[in-house]
Order: sequence, then C-alpha cells, then structure tokens
Amino acid sequence: MPAVAARGVSKTFRLPEQQVHTLKERALHPRRRIRYQTFGALNDISFAVEHGEFFGIAGRNGSGKSTLLKCIAGIYKCDGDIWCRGRLSTLIELGVGFNMELAARDNVVLNGIMMGLSPKEARKRYDSVIEFAELEEFRELKLKNYSSGMQVRLAFSVAIQVDADILLIDEVLAVGDAAFQQKCFDVFHTMRAQGKTIVFVTHDMGTLQRFCHRALLLERGSLVHIGQPAEVADRYLELNFGGPQEPGGEAPDGGGGGDGGGEGGGDARVLEVWVEDDEGRRLPAIPQGRRITLRARVRFSVDVEDPEAAVHIHNEDLKAVLIASSWVQHPRSGRFGAGEDVVFSFTFQNVLAPGRYSPVIVLGAHDAALRVVDRFARGFTFLVTATSAMGGVVDLPTDVSIERAESPVAHEVEP
Amino acid sequence: MSVAETQLYESLGRPIKGPEALTGDWSRFWHLTFNLARTEWKLRFFGSVLGYFWQLVRPLLLFSVLYVFFTVIGHVGQGADAKPGQPNHFYGMQMLASIVLFTFFAEATGGAVSSVLDREALVRKIQFPRMVIPLSIVLGALFNLGLNLIVVLVFALASGVRPMLSWLEIPLILALLAVFATGLAMLLASLYVSFRDVAPIWEVISQILFYCSPVIVPLTLVQQRLSSTLVKVYMLNPLATIFQQFRHAVINHAAPGASAILGYGGVLVVVAIVFGVFALGFVVFNRTAPSVAENL
Repeated sequence: MPAVAARGVSKTFRLPEQQVHTLKERALHPRRRIRYQTFGALNDISFAVEHGEFFGIAGRNGSGKSTLLKCIAGIYKCDGDIWCRGRLSTLIELGVGFNMELAARDNVVLNGIMMGLSPKEARKRYDSVIEFAELEEFRELKLKNYSSGMQVRLAFSVAIQVDADILLIDEVLAVGDAAFQQKCFDVFHTMRAQGKTIVFVTHDMGTLQRFCHRALLLERGSLVHIGQPAEVADRYLELNFGGPQEPGGEAPDGGGGGDGGGEGGGDARVLEVWVEDDEGRRLPAIPQGRRITLRARVRFSVDVEDPEAAVHIHNEDLKAVLIASSWVQHPRSGRFGAGEDVVFSFTFQNVLAPGRYSPVIVLGAHDAALRVVDRFARGFTFLVTATSAMGGVVDLPTDVSIERAESPVAHEVEP
Repeated sequence: MSVAETQLYESLGRPIKGPEALTGDWSRFWHLTFNLARTEWKLRFFGSVLGYFWQLVRPLLLFSVLYVFFTVIGHVGQGADAKPGQPNHFYGMQMLASIVLFTFFAEATGGAVSSVLDREALVRKIQFPRMVIPLSIVLGALFNLGLNLIVVLVFALASGVRPMLSWLEIPLILALLAVFATGLAMLLASLYVSFRDVAPIWEVISQILFYCSPVIVPLTLVQQRLSSTLVKVYMLNPLATIFQQFRHAVINHAAPGASAILGYGGVLVVVAIVFGVFALGFVVFNRTAPSVAENL
C-alpha cells in the first residue's frame, strides 16, 4: 500500500503579462482584460511511493521538482489527485518559515504545532530538537542572529523530531557542514530502518544513489523516468550533458536484459559502480581504515579480447588520488562476447582522507581502445568518513613515538 | 489505466485537497491561531522593555489630547447635559471607552491587511489552514483589548461609575465588534494579496469610521445637528452602534442606547450588516486561500 501516490498531477501557473497590483489601476481600466501567460510547471505526473521507501525526485533547475514537492505537501493546489497516507513533515526551501525576531524555543514550538503536534508535545520535543541541532549554547538567541547553517540545522531537527510518517525534504543537504550532513545521513538510515517514508528532492546524484530506493526524474515538468537511482542518475547526466534523447522520450531499459548497445552506440557500457566492504555489503559512506572493494559492472556490446579496466579515483579537488588498472595484474583477461557482463574489482586499503570521491572507469581492450559510454564519470560518488581530518590527501598508517633523546648537554664536545 | 491501478487508487481513500482556508483538525487550528497570536503579542511586549506600557499609553495619550481639546477648548460634555443623570455625564470615560474599542478595531483590521504577505515564509513552506493568519491577528488585538478594558473599568470605578447589571452585555457587545473586525480582517487580508493599495485606502476608511462614530462627538450633539433619519443612517455604521451601546450599558445609562435610536428592528439590521461583512470576508478569503501561496 503506497504512502504517497499521485495520479495525473499537473500544475499550471498563471503569470499575468502586466502586473495589476493596485485597485487604482483596476478602477482606471475596468475593462482591460488581464492577459495571462500560462506556464506548465508539471505535466501529468503519476507515481506511487511505498511505505518505508526512500524516494528521490531528481531533475535540473526549473524542472518542477520543488513544485511537485509543494503539491504533495499541500502548499500548492494542483490538478489531479495526490494521496498522502500518514502525517507529513516538510522541510522546504531550507527552513520551515521561522520568525526571525523570536528565540529558538518559540520557533520550535510554533513549527511543531504547524506540523501537527499539540503544544504540549511540541514543548516536550524542544530539548531534543536543540540537542540534535547542536545549538545548546545559542538557545536564547533570536533567530536573526543565527547563521544560515544554524537555521537549517534547527529546521532539519524540527522536521525530523515531529514523528511524522512521511518526510518531505527539499535540497537541505547542500547547507550544513560535513559533520552535520553526516548526522543527517545517519538519521535517514535510522528512519529507513523504522519504515518511515522519505521523499527527497535533490540534484546531487551521489546522494540520490546513496540513499534512495527508487527515484523519478523530471524534465520541464514531465516525468522522464522512474526507477532505480542508478538509472535515474544516468538519465540525469544524459540530460545535463546533452544526451541524444529528447526529454519525455522512451525510458531506457533498466539493465535487466537486452543488449543496451543501441544507446550512444558505444562498444562497452559501465552499468553500475559500487563500493563494498569485505563482507560484501554495499556502503554509501566508508569509514577510513577498512579494506574496501570498488566494483564496476560492465557490459560489452561487441566481442572483445583481453579487456582491461582502470579506475581513477578523484577527490573533491579533482586530483586523481588513486589510479589502478586491471592490466598490471591480469593482462590476459580472456575473451568476452557481446552482451556479456563483466565485473572488475579493485580492492585496496582505504587510507583516503575523509571527503567525497568520484571514481571514473576507463575501459580498453587488448589491441584497440573501446568506444566507451562511460556514464559513471560523475554519476557515482562515495564518501569516506573519519573521526578527524588531518588535511593530507591520504592518511597513510603512521606509527608515532616519542622518546626522550639523550640530553644534548651530555654530548657537548669540550672545546 | 489498468484495472489494478484504478483499484489501487480507489483503495487509498480520499486524495488530499491542497491548501485551504480551513482544513481538518480543529484543535490544531485553534492551537496554531492561539500560538501565533501569543508569539506576536510577546514580541511586541518583550521586544522593548516598556512594551506593555506603550501598548497602554497609546490609547491613553490619544484620549488625553482629545479630552483636553474637546472639553477645555471645545466645551463638549461640559454643559447642562453633563450633570449626573444626563446623557453626557462621564463624558471623558465614555470617550476613553470608545477609544479603547476603536483601538482594537484599528489594530485588528489594520494589522490583518498585510498579514498574509508578512507571513510569506510560512505560507510558502508549510501547509496549514490559511484562516489562522487573520484570526491570529484579531486574537492578538483581543488580548490587548482585554488588558485595556481592565484599565478602563478601573478608571471608570475610580471616577464614580457604579457597576450595573447591564455590564453583563459587555461580552455580547465585544463579540459583535470582534465578528465585525474578523470579517473585515479576512476581506482585507485577501484583497491585499492582489491589490497593494488596499493598505493606504483602508487607513483612510478607518479614519473616516473613527470620526463617524461616537468617540469624540457625543451622540446627543449628532442628534441636535442631524435629522432623525440621518442619525439612523449614522447609526447603521456598526462601530457607531457598538460604541454607543457600550457607553449606554457600561458607563452611563442616561446615554441613549442603540435600541432607543434605531429601534429593535434597526439593531437587527446592524447585526445583519456585521454578519454580512463577516460572511463576505469569509467567502472571499476562502476563495483566495487555495492559490495564495503562488500569488504572493
């Protein structure tokens, strides 16, 4: 049974060509018809989000993501039907609408009530909200004296503390420092485990792939694709970097059959990239120090002999901090037929400094370079976490010891 | 659409309705209105140390100025009809009472004009019954009225007004005033979203209403100068009827009550006007509310 469902949702904004903002103008020109330009922000969108699902809404700027979220949240009236089963908590456009003149307490209580708590409950939650937002020292401060990051932290804390069944979040993770972002991600994990439904608007494909079970992609108000985050990320990149297909075109087949060679016309295609630990668990965020394996699933659309794959792991400064190739250890990888899937794995000790990394997979073959549709150039990223960041590019295991050196006085050479 | 899909959608029950003036849960509606009013109120009082003091001083100051000018210089309320048992006995108290009532009216309606726009951040980000906004403004003004009325009653008792049985009418009179103010608050708040010159226009109208009500000029003076038909027209202004009835019932029984001038039928007409304005405001606000978030 879905928690959120939409059927044929459309939203059209009427934008008056001339703003008539006063009664005077209206009275002076009573017969002048106001012409409107209509702007279709959403066009016949249908989807369903299951209970306990983490659902992403992706799209470029102005594609209608936020409008769709606002329709679900009941802020905009739209055509079509939307069902929301359970209590909603919304976090839209960075902030729940705080009153800048009020202290944190009043704002938290007020927002709690807005989201459906009773005043008593809202007051009871106040301490945990402040604690989560790490704003204990600033609780007496008026909101206008908060930094923007602090406001977002407070807003996020309120939204997750109201015990909603469905959480609607719009681009919040862009703000807030790395530590707080990590904390938010931890909360998402907990909420996922508790079976809460989260609908999440983003244009960060990394986050999308890390957290979402499924996602939909919007382009100019139309639904382009709905399915696995990896597919959505693919399509998103295609739209962004001039893919051959028109928005609203036929959705690609999700990698479950067919040769896939029709798209882009490459000889090989990277279907999926992921990182897992020694137990084979896929990790979106990797604690520093463990052994990890980066795997890339590749599909060839031509027969190839001795293919090789290399991975370039770039850090946030776009420096390749690790480059590894399968050729060094496996120069004779064998013969693979068209339509066959191959998984290349790279296992290494994770000494990477904390931060976000984007691996790029490069494919080649024995005698010639393959034409590659590498769609994971920027689609997949992973995060390395550590308790402290020293500032190096990598944190090589280092033993440090301190010993008292023999006193230099004793060694002083007599003149 | 497939049969399975249709069945699925049917099993989900009723779809959400989108933004509205009034939605669902009444206890949430009330808590929200109350808390919005409370925080606004708190802001005004604790924003400056003398917050409450100023709140009180404003009507008192207006009163003092008007009182000095009209009694000492204009000699209104000074003649034979200001003797005990005459309509203008306690002229000062009558004026103060009217000023306090008008202050409430001006605060509630004037504050409501830009209220929805001022709370843009809320309106654009959270779904909640939109009606909460103008209602919280009226409620906040009611808090002030309550405090100010206590002062008025203390002054009245100190200057010799004796408690009367007709004080029981106070809640009724205030309720009528509040309904009138709420109706206008809803109307003005929704008009302001599309027409920004509603604010200055309302300021002028509000001033006109002030002078067309028995605040400074006692009704006896109006009766002397205008024909009885015109007096009735004058009394059709709900504020005039409400203020005059308050004077009659609370301060001085000798001041003519609303029914003495309009007759009971006339009073009913005024009540009908008040509820008519309320209904109009309600309907207009209801129609504006669903699209207000996108029209701001």
